[in-house]
Amino acid sequence: MRRFGQTIKDLWRDPMARVCIVGIFLIIVTAVMAPVIAPYEPDHMIAAPKSAPAPDYIFGTDNYGRDVFSRVIYGARVSLWVGLIAVGIGAGAGYVVGMIAGYFEGWADTIIMRIMDILFAFPSILLAILISTVLGRGLGATMVAIGIVNIPVFARTVRASVIAAKGLEYVKNAQSVGVKTFNVLVRHISPNVIAPFTVQSTLALSGAILTEAAMSFLGLGIQPPDPSWGSMLSEARAYMEQAPWMVIFPTIFIVITILLFNVLGDSLRDVLDPKLKL
Amino acid sequence: MRNYIIRRIIQLLPVLFGISVLIFAVMKMIPGDVISGILGIEATEELRHQLEVKYGLDRPYIIQYLDWIGGVLVGDFGESIRSGAPILPEIGQRMRVTAELAVLSAVISWIIAIPLGILAAVKRNTWVDRFVRVFALLGVSVPGFATCICVILALSLMFNYYSPLGFVFFVDDPMMNLEMIILPALINGFGISGSVMRMTRSSMLEVLRQDFIKTVRAKGANEKVAIFKHAFRNAMIPVVTLIGMQIGSLLGGGVIMEQIFSLPGLGQLAVTAINQRDYPVVQGCTLVIAFIFVIVNLITDLLYAFIDPRISYN
Amino acid sequence: MDHLLEIRNLSIDLPRGKKLPPIKLVEGIDLNINKKQNFGVVGESGCGKSITCNAIMGLLSYPLKVGKGSSIRFQNSNGMEQEIVGMAPQDLCKIRGNEISMIFQEPMTALDPMYTIEQQINEALSFHTNMTKAEMHDASLEMLKKVKIPRAEEILRDYPHHLSGGMLQRVMIAIALINNPRLLIADEPTTALDVTIQAQILDLMNELRESYDTSVIMITHDLGVIAETCEHVAVFYAGQVVEEASVVDIFHNTAHPYTEGLLRSINSLGNAKKELYTIKGMVPSAGNFSSGCRFADRCNRCMDKCKTECPPLVEIETGHKCRCWLHIDGAVEEA
Repeated sequence: MRRFGQTIKDLWRDPMARVCIVGIFLIIVTAVMAPVIAPYEPDHMIAAPKSAPAPDYIFGTDNYGRDVFSRVIYGARVSLWVGLIAVGIGAGAGYVVGMIAGYFEGWADTIIMRIMDILFAFPSILLAILISTVLGRGLGATMVAIGIVNIPVFARTVRASVIAAKGLEYVKNAQSVGVKTFNVLVRHISPNVIAPFTVQSTLALSGAILTEAAMSFLGLGIQPPDPSWGSMLSEARAYMEQAPWMVIFPTIFIVITILLFNVLGDSLRDVLDPKLKL
Repeated sequence: MRNYIIRRIIQLLPVLFGISVLIFAVMKMIPGDVISGILGIEATEELRHQLEVKYGLDRPYIIQYLDWIGGVLVGDFGESIRSGAPILPEIGQRMRVTAELAVLSAVISWIIAIPLGILAAVKRNTWVDRFVRVFALLGVSVPGFATCICVILALSLMFNYYSPLGFVFFVDDPMMNLEMIILPALINGFGISGSVMRMTRSSMLEVLRQDFIKTVRAKGANEKVAIFKHAFRNAMIPVVTLIGMQIGSLLGGGVIMEQIFSLPGLGQLAVTAINQRDYPVVQGCTLVIAFIFVIVNLITDLLYAFIDPRISYN
Repeated sequence: MDHLLEIRNLSIDLPRGKKLPPIKLVEGIDLNINKKQNFGVVGESGCGKSITCNAIMGLLSYPLKVGKGSSIRFQNSNGMEQEIVGMAPQDLCKIRGNEISMIFQEPMTALDPMYTIEQQINEALSFHTNMTKAEMHDASLEMLKKVKIPRAEEILRDYPHHLSGGMLQRVMIAIALINNPRLLIADEPTTALDVTIQAQILDLMNELRESYDTSVIMITHDLGVIAETCEHVAVFYAGQVVEEASVVDIFHNTAHPYTEGLLRSINSLGNAKKELYTIKGMVPSAGNFSSGCRFADRCNRCMDKCKTECPPLVEIETGHKCRCWLHIDGAVEEA
């Protein structure tokens, strides 16, 4: 298994990855420090509605006269938070389920993978909307919904790596000399799963942020007045021509964030497992 | 071959059954019921009970499920609680819109993605390759609605052009129909072309490295034959899988595109019905969407037989 | 030109971006192949023997390139001399599969899994002849019979995955010889096959070579194969030719210490009880070659001069070349 430090070192050598790491770090800092960075409260009216960008409010104001810059900063919080929790749920559950399916095979595998097939049959955004409706909408519901939608992808990735790892000689050896199943899974099989799993997680993060933005854009995700980039766009749609800045800035932030995670995911894949190239 | 198809369909039955159970269960779990929605604040216990009996909601869940699925099996999806209209014809009507958008988007994406993917692989590490990779990355990363907003904004501000509202079917007014659908199809096509391009490129690179390509060249084949007749055909297999999945989900309705361009498609119907708590419609829509996805995947699997002689169906 | 093929000062570069000079995977290769000659190229894996032969076909795989100052001249069937290095792609296509053919190490992956055997043999014909489909079918069938494939008519309709490695290698030979080439390059044609099949394939090649009047370059790491099939041998080590001689001289009048080591490490039945001889140390990797003799670190007769100065390839007897200071007059005394 590659050491974590070595992976980071290799990643740092790739200039594109370096840009991404710095960029993502900046976005995380922005999100964490939002109250410090944002000049205004995100839900305070600070000027006339739909004022064009000016030195006092560099991204302009929205239809309620709120500062778009501050809302974008706070929006980073929501987007990253949703992405993180959703991927945490999807990756965690997918890991366990995929491990079980891949290691034990047989009926456990059949049942688990059929359930995954069922979840997979729905367009992800529609399934997320359905689940979040069941859970009552809002921030928490959106996170859980996107998390559940992510489970099948992780389960499939993990299962495939586990099955591949089981064929390795040293894993067979460990099994044949009577190492406990749990230890085999943790010590011998997990290291082989980490590489594709990490890559998948990075890509899923961008996917989750995208899904959140899309759901909120439809008005079915984060509910106002919480500022998420998607919900800001949803509100801004009606004023697209009168106040294009309401649309442009959240869009730029969404695109850049997703781009950063996607490029990082690609670089990570090249570093961790060149054979995995998609 | 026929036996294989039958076997695959039998294997699908548990999945299809699971899908229907999941949909039904989710519907029952959604908080806020349709009856209070219809009756508003004037709901009395008596009226409420009457409606429950009318829609069969007073019966045990298992009976409700069997009733629903029994109807579905004979082509009766029930009626919309909101409009009272039968659901299946409505879904059929919406499907025409969704299918048109899906097919057009898919074709546009192939036209963009496959030639560029091949080109990038053949000219790897040149500026052509770099351009294609950036283009594909943008396709993968820029959300469809962001592209939509930018395009609509640009068209209206610069050319004072507005995409026509409402919808007419192709058979009624072909030009009008195309004008309405071409913009969302282009944007959608651009979006999905990203992943197809990446897949085509990496798959081509993989195949071009293989021994048999060298054999083909050693026989005296020119680049055209080596790339198109041999490499491309082999490289298509993973691309076909991806394309199959894309078509499956496109036919499930581009929820976002349909919403932004107010196209009366399947996705829009589903979202509206979810918001209105119109259970029978949501159930019908999602069932059809999931079934289509599963069937398209089955067809993709069967398609391999025509591409890859190594797969035998016995 | 007296020879069928003349390689002069061939080098093959592995580019390392704009800033660094390319790594020379092979360097200063001079070889002559005569008409109807069976020429053996022997060496360990990674010594550059395969890429040298790929360069003859203009088939170097990305990102390898033929270095500056290299020349590969070939005399085609019209008696015309052609320079292969830098040749236009369409002209190369006319030579490949027609004048020069190649068979590869791994028959299981050497054929396109998507097409039938007939389609793949026909393809070789269609590039270089104007035969009709029926004529191509007959020619393919006849060729399959010549490479001793049973049930040839059925095999034509099969896909590669239906056939065994030995059968596929026969098909490859059929494809290679169907246009009656002047030179056949066989890149370790028996390495991936079972021992019994190996012998069959070598016998078949020997037989066909005689009836086709084709020169053969046999690339192998197996001196046994060389002894069985070749007349003249070049020994490759770390991207250079270290010894070149007739097969008799290589085996009985060995000059270079590396060749000696190779011969001693053959496991013959006679000394089965003795421990197998190994050459100590490891082959240096390309890019890490010293300025001295590349075999110096592993040589048990290494002198001071060997470590600093690379010996030239000189003719020590008629038709016997060697790259070693031991065989260069004055060098030993000087040291």
